[in-house]
Amino acid sequence: MKLPKSIKKLTDNIWEIPESYKAGMNVPVRIYASEKLITEMDEGVFGQISNVAALPGITGPAYCMPDGHWGYGFPIGGVAAFDPETGVISPGGIGFDINCGMRLIRTILTVDEVRSRIRDLVDKLFKRIPAGVGTTGFVVISRDEFREVVESGAQWCVKNGYGVEEDIDLTEEKGCVAGADASKVSASAIERGYRQIGTLGSGNHYLEIQVAKPVNIYDPKLAKTFGIDIPNQVCIMLHCGSRGFGHQVATDYLHTFLSVMGKKYDITTPDRELACAPFRSQEGQDYFAAMKCAINMSYVNRQVILHRVREVFSDVFHRDPADLGLHMIYDIAHNTAMLEKHIIDGTEREVLVHRKGATRAFGPGSTSLPAVYRNSGQPVIIGGSMETGSYLLAGLGSGEQTLFTTAHGSGRTMSRRQAKKLHNGKQLQHDLEERGIYIRTASYSALAEEVGEAYKNIDDVVAVTENTGISKRVVRFVPIGNIKG
Amino acid sequence: MPYRYLENIAIADIAFEAYGSSVGEIFIAAGDALTNVMVENLDVIEKNTSKSILCDAESLEMLLHKMLDELVYYKDAEQLLLRVAHVDIVQENDTWRLNAQVYGERIDPVKHELNVDVKAVTFHRFALEQTAEGWKVTVVLDI
Repeated sequence: MKLPKSIKKLTDNIWEIPESYKAGMNVPVRIYASEKLITEMDEGVFGQISNVAALPGITGPAYCMPDGHWGYGFPIGGVAAFDPETGVISPGGIGFDINCGMRLIRTILTVDEVRSRIRDLVDKLFKRIPAGVGTTGFVVISRDEFREVVESGAQWCVKNGYGVEEDIDLTEEKGCVAGADASKVSASAIERGYRQIGTLGSGNHYLEIQVAKPVNIYDPKLAKTFGIDIPNQVCIMLHCGSRGFGHQVATDYLHTFLSVMGKKYDITTPDRELACAPFRSQEGQDYFAAMKCAINMSYVNRQVILHRVREVFSDVFHRDPADLGLHMIYDIAHNTAMLEKHIIDGTEREVLVHRKGATRAFGPGSTSLPAVYRNSGQPVIIGGSMETGSYLLAGLGSGEQTLFTTAHGSGRTMSRRQAKKLHNGKQLQHDLEERGIYIRTASYSALAEEVGEAYKNIDDVVAVTENTGISKRVVRFVPIGNIKG
Repeated sequence: MPYRYLENIAIADIAFEAYGSSVGEIFIAAGDALTNVMVENLDVIEKNTSKSILCDAESLEMLLHKMLDELVYYKDAEQLLLRVAHVDIVQENDTWRLNAQVYGERIDPVKHELNVDVKAVTFHRFALEQTAEGWKVTVVLDI
């Protein structure tokens, strides 16, 4: 891809597009990428992230993470902070899949103990965790109870036997953001979501059984803090979000914002997908409260899936989940907007940070972290393609430069249609099994679209985050089993 | 097929163009293009259920967007795969009103060869245009 003419290379891995690049930009753009990654970025990234820089009330550069790629509204990997008094909130800066995120679970099992039962494990997980188009989950509740669920978050799961207190402590925001208000959510959103708790979804969502090989432990001390201290230890990683509920919340408010943005607030955006409203406006506050419901729904969804994982492992190994050491490492969102305190121009200020396909990564000492990770920095879970592996990183103090934000995955480089043309899902499943990765999928064509070749090299992405000091490598995982939506 | 999928727009998602010689045709074609993202063969969808989708909007373009939103909604809310059979559209002053007759059936993973889920209809590059041949719409779906 041809880079914008005015782009400046600030360091080997940080690039800046100045405000002069496009009319209306209020701040520059900073892209975190190696020369290789930035030349691989599609043209949409530069246009979209510079559109973000033109939004009202943005307080510093608009950032793009190394896994950035063309999305809608913000690019995937886009990060921006807004002044709560003069700035905006935009669903296009969060994504339709509000609190799409990652959860990482450890075991005390080794690859040798799991390998012989991998088919049984994956088959049972596939049966008990619905995946694919339009699926519903096993949790049967009323619409009114669902309203309580999205206001109370993961604590509801503990009360109802789908988790333990320890899980809550190890979930970002303790599994519930304050201020969620279900009265700001439409009946359509409730209807779309109230039967979907405990479902994986589709697209790039998955649950994977992985191994931490000794050669892939980059920081043994931090790995031990995060509970990875057995050679060839098996972990479970999952990637999913707020399902139809969150998608509907975003859809509803996009329409609301489009109808008031120009007429009532005199705001224009170059892409309707960037529709926004002043954060302090009634519409902005209503969306913020509804979006928080979707954030909570997603914590609940991943918590209920963890419950299923514990059931399946217990069933297959005929042991209690506690005996198998099935503990959470962490749960973290990568599609949100949060009010946070950051140092902006030398002063600590509260700002509204939008992260779309980007992960919060607090450094050591952050009071937002659970006590066990207070000295280590926040665990950051980076999902790779099903073929190539994933990472556990840690947040760093120097992450302040990006509002304590790092990458979220490997990022696509090939379109879904192209991947489907070049690859056959059944053949891919067969080939991967020969390579020791047993996969069950809700759709062979969806599987083909997720082929490893369609993604950037995750090692390159993670290296940029480490070289720039926004997160550091702790463990790299390789997959041995996967269920695909 | 009066629609085609676009290769190089928003690569993690799916974009399409749909065409129609009339407003009615473009609504039907865009609905099929959306549902065809989720199910490989539209002909397998039987007419077991029918519904009326009623909505109104300030423009024909927004009316089409809202109808597509409804097809995505029913996929989750009632697990339905739907096709548009017929649309009635009227304009009253500044408001466009739609009554779309849609049909389909509940999702059956055995019967329907399912592809990927559509999360939402984005507004990125969304545009309904009148052309020399009739109508064209460009849509980017969130996957």
